[in-house]
Amino acid sequence: MSAPTPEYAGASSRARAMWPWHLLLLAVVVGAWQVLTSIEVLPPFFFGQPLQVGRRILEWLITGKIFPHLGVTLLETLLAFVIGTALGLGAGLWLGLSPLAARLLDPYITAVNSMPRVILAPIFAVWFGLGIWSKVLLGVTLVFFIVFFSVYHGVREVSPVVLANARMLGASRRQLLRHVFLPSATAWVFASLHASVGMAFVGAVVGEYLGSARGVGYLILQAEGVFDINTVFAGVIVLTLSALVLDRLVSVLERRLLTWRPVAAEAASQS
Amino acid sequence: MAQTLSSDARVPALVLDGITCTFPARGNARDMYTAVRAASLTVQDGEFVSLVGPTGCGKSTLLNVAAGLLAPTQGEVRVFGARLSGLNRVAGYLFQADALFPWRTALDNVTAGLEFRGVARAEAQHLGMEWLKRVGLAAHASKYPHELSGGMRKRVALAQTWILGPRMLLMDEPFSALDVQTRQLMENELLGLWSQDRRCVLFVTHDLEEAIALSDRVVVLSAGPKSHPIEAFRVDLPRPRDVQEIALHPRFVEVHAAIWRALKQEVLKANERADP
Repeated sequence: MSAPTPEYAGASSRARAMWPWHLLLLAVVVGAWQVLTSIEVLPPFFFGQPLQVGRRILEWLITGKIFPHLGVTLLETLLAFVIGTALGLGAGLWLGLSPLAARLLDPYITAVNSMPRVILAPIFAVWFGLGIWSKVLLGVTLVFFIVFFSVYHGVREVSPVVLANARMLGASRRQLLRHVFLPSATAWVFASLHASVGMAFVGAVVGEYLGSARGVGYLILQAEGVFDINTVFAGVIVLTLSALVLDRLVSVLERRLLTWRPVAAEAASQS
Repeated sequence: MAQTLSSDARVPALVLDGITCTFPARGNARDMYTAVRAASLTVQDGEFVSLVGPTGCGKSTLLNVAAGLLAPTQGEVRVFGARLSGLNRVAGYLFQADALFPWRTALDNVTAGLEFRGVARAEAQHLGMEWLKRVGLAAHASKYPHELSGGMRKRVALAQTWILGPRMLLMDEPFSALDVQTRQLMENELLGLWSQDRRCVLFVTHDLEEAIALSDRVVVLSAGPKSHPIEAFRVDLPRPRDVQEIALHPRFVEVHAAIWRALKQEVLKANERADP
């Protein structure tokens, strides 16, 4: 995060002043959890113990056992994210620019979007087996609609003045697409990027959880099978940290690519 | 482009012939609103013509018709003798609102039109820098529009339009959003650029002083709806002009008084219609 914009500097200095309190809050919650399970107010069998969870994570890191699983999960997330975003962008631009196709497909888009798509996971597992592609596809169906809708609505909000100006400067239809609609669309894609990264992650983990041979979701499923609640928590924490890192990467990418936008910093802090 | 454009100096650069524009009224699609009716206007090559009129009198509508951005319901547009269908390819358009590409730097904005025409990048960049120098923004070439002031953005827009060497310039209240000082600077800059090659200009404004200071001829439009040109005034003030100094010229005051007599009637009518 190079050179924060002035209005953002204020926010980050406020955040700096807050972090000891953030840590304190965390320490209190985790401490209470540890104490309550140690004196068995909460049964450790069901609630786990922070120290055990920490030990498990440490063990994963030292033996390196976690890395192949985490690698698979992240690969699935990345593929789902990239493919879903590209398809959503393409379809959003296409339908946004051709009202006839949009009117034809409208009821089906609404139907598919309201369907709880996680339920497709078993179908994808049957079609694509237990490898990574059934998870990628589940993630794609989740990411696609987020990006699609933001681009589809965004196309209609392209400034008519900028559009008329481009036409008067001699832009052809194809050049309008490349030089006006696509750059505008990039901004809308980014507005939905934080949500779609999260969804890609959900697709990967849920897919693994429902049937797989590798991945963090698989580790959690295995541990759950033998009532090893500490390992389940360890998996959840690893996933959460990974999701935070991904979210940060998106913010960095966003600020790199949207330097032209006065509100890039704002968009990054949304979601 | 199958048009043959005459380069004969006697052929007018722009002819609006009996233009009528009718739109579905706002809110109720069955009612029709006639913004402009039977409006005719001729601009000679090299002439600077201003359109003035009360708010909502269809000045911008006429300009959009001349640009080919809007097809008239009736009537025809001739550009250097050729009937206009589709966009007016020999015209440059300066918009009232911000029309720069926000995702392009100042330099890339200036060179956009060249890029659309397939000019090689190196050549386009070279020309673009020259134009940025000419409008005094060479130091700001790599800034994005949101990092520039309103006046700077207008200069970039001027360079963006002018770099393509249009034979005709259409301007829709380009300086109305600027503060008075910046505005006068921009008007002088516009006159300076214009005097170098004297393209024909159709300039829309609601500011009579601006119209007189810049133009060879000022055309007054009647109050809308169904507006049309009612009277034209020749501005026989010497050139080159400075917009601040010219306002003190005794002839300026006479011309202003004459045009204002015609314009005042229309402004009053427009106000009556605005509050029923």
